[in-house]
Amino acid sequence: MEAGEQFILEAARLGELLSALAHQGYEVIGPSIRDGAIVYEPVHTVDDLPRGWTDEQGPGYYRLRRRDDDALFGFNVGPHSWKKFLYPASHRLFTATCQQNGTQGAFRIVEEVPSRQPRYAFLGVRACELHAIAILDKVLASPNYTDPDYKRLRESTFLVAVNCTQAGATCFCASMGTGPGADSGYDLVLTELLEGSHRFVVRAGSSRGADVLAALTTRVASAEERELASSQLDHAAAHMGRQLDTGGLQALLYRSYDHPHWEAIAQRCLSCANCTLVCPTCFCTTIEDVTDLSGDHAERWRRWDSCFTTAFSYLHGGSVRSSTKARYRQWMVHKLAAWIDQFDESGCVGCGRCIAWCPAGIDITAEARALREAQAAGAHAP
Amino acid sequence: MTAHAIELAANPRAPAGNPMLPVPYRVERVRRETYDTFTLEMVPAQAPGLAAFLPGQFNMLYAFGAGEVPISISGDPNDCPILLHTIRAVGAVTKALCALKRGDMIGLRGPFGSGWPVKQAVDQDVVILAGGIGLAPLRPALYHLLHDRRKYRRISLLYGARTPEDILYLRELERWRGQFDLEIDVTVDRGGAGWRGNVGVVTTLLPRATFDPAGTIAMLCGPEVMMRFCVLDLRKCGVPPQRIFVSVERNMQCGTGFCGHCQYGPAFICKDGPVFSFDRVEPIFGKAEV
Repeated sequence: MEAGEQFILEAARLGELLSALAHQGYEVIGPSIRDGAIVYEPVHTVDDLPRGWTDEQGPGYYRLRRRDDDALFGFNVGPHSWKKFLYPASHRLFTATCQQNGTQGAFRIVEEVPSRQPRYAFLGVRACELHAIAILDKVLASPNYTDPDYKRLRESTFLVAVNCTQAGATCFCASMGTGPGADSGYDLVLTELLEGSHRFVVRAGSSRGADVLAALTTRVASAEERELASSQLDHAAAHMGRQLDTGGLQALLYRSYDHPHWEAIAQRCLSCANCTLVCPTCFCTTIEDVTDLSGDHAERWRRWDSCFTTAFSYLHGGSVRSSTKARYRQWMVHKLAAWIDQFDESGCVGCGRCIAWCPAGIDITAEARALREAQAAGAHAP
Repeated sequence: MTAHAIELAANPRAPAGNPMLPVPYRVERVRRETYDTFTLEMVPAQAPGLAAFLPGQFNMLYAFGAGEVPISISGDPNDCPILLHTIRAVGAVTKALCALKRGDMIGLRGPFGSGWPVKQAVDQDVVILAGGIGLAPLRPALYHLLHDRRKYRRISLLYGARTPEDILYLRELERWRGQFDLEIDVTVDRGGAGWRGNVGVVTTLLPRATFDPAGTIAMLCGPEVMMRFCVLDLRKCGVPPQRIFVSVERNMQCGTGFCGHCQYGPAFICKDGPVFSFDRVEPIFGKAEV
């Protein structure tokens, strides 16, 4: 097998991939339907996948719809992202035990060592999500500052990417340069073909990916099949539901701190934090120190947090960002501008989750456009 | 990088190991500084303790069960491994820390953040402007400057407190004033009946300090509004913004840039700050709710 060579795996044989991963000790996580949404959960057989379902998305809108085919990955992204597994929503960092009957006299801190160290295989990672994981790597596993739990989970995780052959109404990965095709960072990448026989074009992106691929019943992809896969990606790229003009956006946002448009957004924003929870790159957490009723046993937990809460910016005397305007501004300026200074790239991968899962339907691409137009109008005013 | 961006500097002094795990220290001494402020003197419960710190850096202090707070280090950097933290008891955790006695245990993580520009200040005049408990993070810089006194030119400490009862490190200030190698001027917002010293904001002390504006490093720590006016007056005197250093405060929970709480524009205060040269924060300094 040559590097980058493309193979055909019949859809009926996708179960071989799940078995091969399970055989290597991976816990396979993939898309599955629960509570009317496609979420990421452990999958054991191909039947666990959302066969024949798609998602319809819009601002504040997400519905599952039946497809007229048996596509296994015929949808885009749902409310879950892979950070749920790589950087769990709540995680115990340590336990501490008091050694002198409830006084502060002496205590012992015991680092949390997970009893079970899962090795995940993520099945169905979209191109935007691969970029989101690469962004989390920069945030949580840089050479200077590394979260040991994240690093361990991340290094052991096997990534099976799935190229997007259709773009959703809230998708704008083409604007962010993160999709719809996976370019790197995966172990295996699949492109689902539905014309003719239901099959996948498969390519390995790493040596461990090649090992798994070698265990599957495949044949070499024909030139037509490779061409078909590639043309479907071009089609998806050309049919993005949203667009975000990133040209000069960082400077534009830094210039806009005092712009009245933030107040206009705040009139609609409920500061509910949904956008930050569904965002695949939002990484903010809070630290909670708790004790049991005896006061002898303490624990420290890390939990997902959001810059949309007032507690987030609490400093003695009150919250720095007490208004919704300031909190939305912090989120958007961080995501699209400050992130570039901090981590050399935008924090937005164009997945559109924040648009679909905003109960008020606030659209980050529309707000960026509004700020741009308002500034342009201001610049041309006499 | 745009004109409005804050330039970020990598901190090469990130602590090794699991940065979220406190290291046990033992309280050696609790010193009451004012009616609501106290200083904890701590030594490692077992070797080696935390790494040496730079003046201006902070630690995360864990009171068993109560929680953790970021507190600047206020002792002498040469006194390693003894660590001093001056704390105002204003919240649940700081009150739990205040209740600690000699021999009690405390968990420490750190040191985190950037330090005061003590190297850049060599062969320069140094003007230190402190407000209230803002003197605490500046004290290690003072220790450092006085330890290497010959390396620096004139040193001025201008200190403002709310009332005479709020003046920190009173005896130390008196002793330093008797040394003739640094100028110390103190003012209070409200003097009591017995107060015969200066009354007014700390900027009123600036005209009396002697320094060469082009050859001065200014270090500022105190409430944001106080620093804003100090910067204005220093710049009026001719001190360029890249020679003025401010210590910025935000909610901090991890110290390593993971929790995201301390973001200040593009900077993470915990690793890019808390000390910034003013030109780096100028676009957002003093802006509401940043």
